[in-house]
Amino acid sequence: MSDAATPWSGYTPAAAWDEAMDVDGKVREPYRRVYAELERMSGDDLYSKAEALASTYLAQGVTFDHAGEERPFPLDLVPRVVGSDEWDIISPGVAQRVRTLEAFLADVYGSQRCVTDGLVPRRLIASSQYYYRQVAGIEPANGVRVHVGGIDLVRDQHGIWRVLEDNVRVPSGVSYVLSNRRAMSQMFPEMFGAMGIRPVLEYSRRLRSALAKSAPEGVDDPTIVVLTPGVYNSAYYEHSLLARTMGVELVEGRDLETVNGRVYMRTTAGRRRVDVIYRRVDDDFLDPVQFRPDSALGSPGLVNAARLGNVTIANAIGNGVADDKLIYTYMPDLTRYYLDEDPILPNVDTWRLEEPAAREEVLDRLDELVVKPVDGAGGKGVLIGPKASAAELAEAKDRISEDPRGWIAQPVIQLSTVPTLTDDGLEPRHVDLRPFAVNDGDDVWVLPGGLTRVALQRGQLIVNSSQGGGSKDTWVLGGVRDRAPRQAPESKVEFGGMHAVPQAAHPEDVVAGQQAQQQQQQREEHSEPPAEPGEDGGASC
Amino acid sequence: MLSRIAESLFWIGRYVERADNTARLLDVHLNVLLEDPWVDEPSANASILTVMSAGTEAPVTRSDVLQRLAFDRERTSSIAGSLTAARENARRAREVISTEVWESLNTTRMELSRWSQAARPHEYFVWVRERTAVVRGLASATTSRDDAWHFLELGRSLERADMIARLLMTRSLDGTTGVNWTTLLRTCSAHEAYLRTVRALVTEERAAEFLLVDRLFPRSIAYNLEMAESILTDIEGSERSRTLAGRAQLALGRARTNLEYSPVREILDDLPGQMQAVQRACATASDIIRDRYFLPDATVVWNQEAL
Repeated sequence: MSDAATPWSGYTPAAAWDEAMDVDGKVREPYRRVYAELERMSGDDLYSKAEALASTYLAQGVTFDHAGEERPFPLDLVPRVVGSDEWDIISPGVAQRVRTLEAFLADVYGSQRCVTDGLVPRRLIASSQYYYRQVAGIEPANGVRVHVGGIDLVRDQHGIWRVLEDNVRVPSGVSYVLSNRRAMSQMFPEMFGAMGIRPVLEYSRRLRSALAKSAPEGVDDPTIVVLTPGVYNSAYYEHSLLARTMGVELVEGRDLETVNGRVYMRTTAGRRRVDVIYRRVDDDFLDPVQFRPDSALGSPGLVNAARLGNVTIANAIGNGVADDKLIYTYMPDLTRYYLDEDPILPNVDTWRLEEPAAREEVLDRLDELVVKPVDGAGGKGVLIGPKASAAELAEAKDRISEDPRGWIAQPVIQLSTVPTLTDDGLEPRHVDLRPFAVNDGDDVWVLPGGLTRVALQRGQLIVNSSQGGGSKDTWVLGGVRDRAPRQAPESKVEFGGMHAVPQAAHPEDVVAGQQAQQQQQQREEHSEPPAEPGEDGGASC
Repeated sequence: MLSRIAESLFWIGRYVERADNTARLLDVHLNVLLEDPWVDEPSANASILTVMSAGTEAPVTRSDVLQRLAFDRERTSSIAGSLTAARENARRAREVISTEVWESLNTTRMELSRWSQAARPHEYFVWVRERTAVVRGLASATTSRDDAWHFLELGRSLERADMIARLLMTRSLDGTTGVNWTTLLRTCSAHEAYLRTVRALVTEERAAEFLLVDRLFPRSIAYNLEMAESILTDIEGSERSRTLAGRAQLALGRARTNLEYSPVREILDDLPGQMQAVQRACATASDIIRDRYFLPDATVVWNQEAL
């Protein structure tokens, strides 16, 4: 830690786009207030606040398992601020992306117009690991397949927001958005009042109403459940938080049973019908009849019930075909094709290694590119060319030549940086952003904020929490700012002309002073004088 | 209410109560070891482990007893084990119990490690009693009186009846002259209530009567058995089939009326046997409740050939 006066001295942005400071060391507008607030603190203040954040997370049980031990989920003390002008690009951009994904999924599991029109090669869909013939022709009740989408965004060297990947299977992380906000607002109450940060709390309400709208036809007051793999799943905290804040049951596969194409849960009062399942179990495990026969996490017969239209499964089964990283490369074209709009958020340039020319180029320049598996998640299997050893590069070449369908290549993007508290004080660290979108069939709502993941190691570009990443609270500006009292309050406030109802107390307590006096007098009159005070003093009689 | 959740709630109620009463029981046991001039420590220790059905092989030292009943996190018969298990169950039922209850159970479990080497076990026991009181108080103040509350209370009252019965067995512990009744009353936080109710000095019959069958004191065995019976009625409602739940009530009611309608002298003459009968009734009721409400795991194995 530096001995200098403020935590900011010594903060120098590196090559990437720093969101708090430009290259001249001038603080960018959205961060002005945060900068000033932290400037007033000493280094020790920062660390003790960080400590306090970690301990509230331990107490609340916001933890993840690390080598068999429960650790608090790392939340960085410095928030990430997104100006309202930037949000005006992100929010419609994300919504547009989700609408495109919806249209594409409806098409893929329907008439496959995009294939007949020659936009997407048929073998690309057929060869996708997450394309499930079993669900072709299942028409969701209100046409929604992506009830919740998580679109990962990054900011490149020039400050341009780009889509890094789409998540429309079971995007996770929203619970950290909610609990990060709760912890941070307790830590920095003054900033919250002054900055006009848009609230995130309505997420659960929005999700609940979107799920209710997706209920099978004819169900007025649907029973919604959250399906979790169980308490040992790393995202269990999220599942229980969503169930709790939506006020619905959290079920495991063994709590459900399917009888005659209808889904029930086992309760103490017998079976109860289930209408909407917000499932947090992967497709493969959802229904042992259709998918993995050894799965104990799902419930046999679910897919059949969904096909009969007796239950809605959210997100829909088979969505993985759309967030395949190869399909990703077609997304800008698909936006123009389905929506007749220009994409608001550009992709990251990507080589499809299936195409011989692209493959040749990539194999030549492998040491300067990033290579990813098309079906990967959690940063697994990602090879960053400039940091890889010769042996790793050679191995990657072999694997790519063996299975070109399985890989894509992208240029190394210098993700933008945000000041982050490290052992050496505040330093720039790379971040990404996962905004969450809820689609209720009429409208795609984007949660103002989202999960900012931060790579805690210097220079590290992979931000996934499974790879030692942390998170930041994301503050989107532009909410209601006016909190100042309009006029000096009067000494007495009347409610519609009525006086306040007095608070009662034990009558003896009211006159207690008087009584105590009397009792003391009694003692003086009738009792012996107090015993001789000890040697160490006291008033003499 | 989901069966799985109901089961977790039932066990949270039991574990929290168990931790509390085990702390009380150990506190009195250590006291006896200190104060009883004719104490035969190894057999007193062995006997207290038997009361808690924590099995013994070799001669047992004082620290063995503490390890097994206070600090061992793996056994649900120890304080640390019960509190850990209560927290794990709370985690499973996280969306049903209130945040306050969850956080108090969670922080209690985290602080357990601080006590594992406690120089003065008495302070640990005080802390345990305090923490369990906090959990119960928060649960009572933040839980709707629906099935969630019923199962929590059902577990709590069953466990309390069972633990008071075990506590009374220490009266006839091997190797000691037996805990005196004033100490037993104090252990159950019943001494002051006894003095106010009975308005007399502590005699064996009256103290026993107070802890066994007093109608109004919340730590008498009969009070808790009756509580469990009436909660079962609430859970069952009026219209549903009452065969299985009825059998649980039957077991509890029989144990309770046996205490209530037998001459107190008769019970005192065979205190260990009578108290074991209470414990057995609680165990029977618990099994029946499990069969009735918490369906055993129906694991369906699917294999492709069969389809």
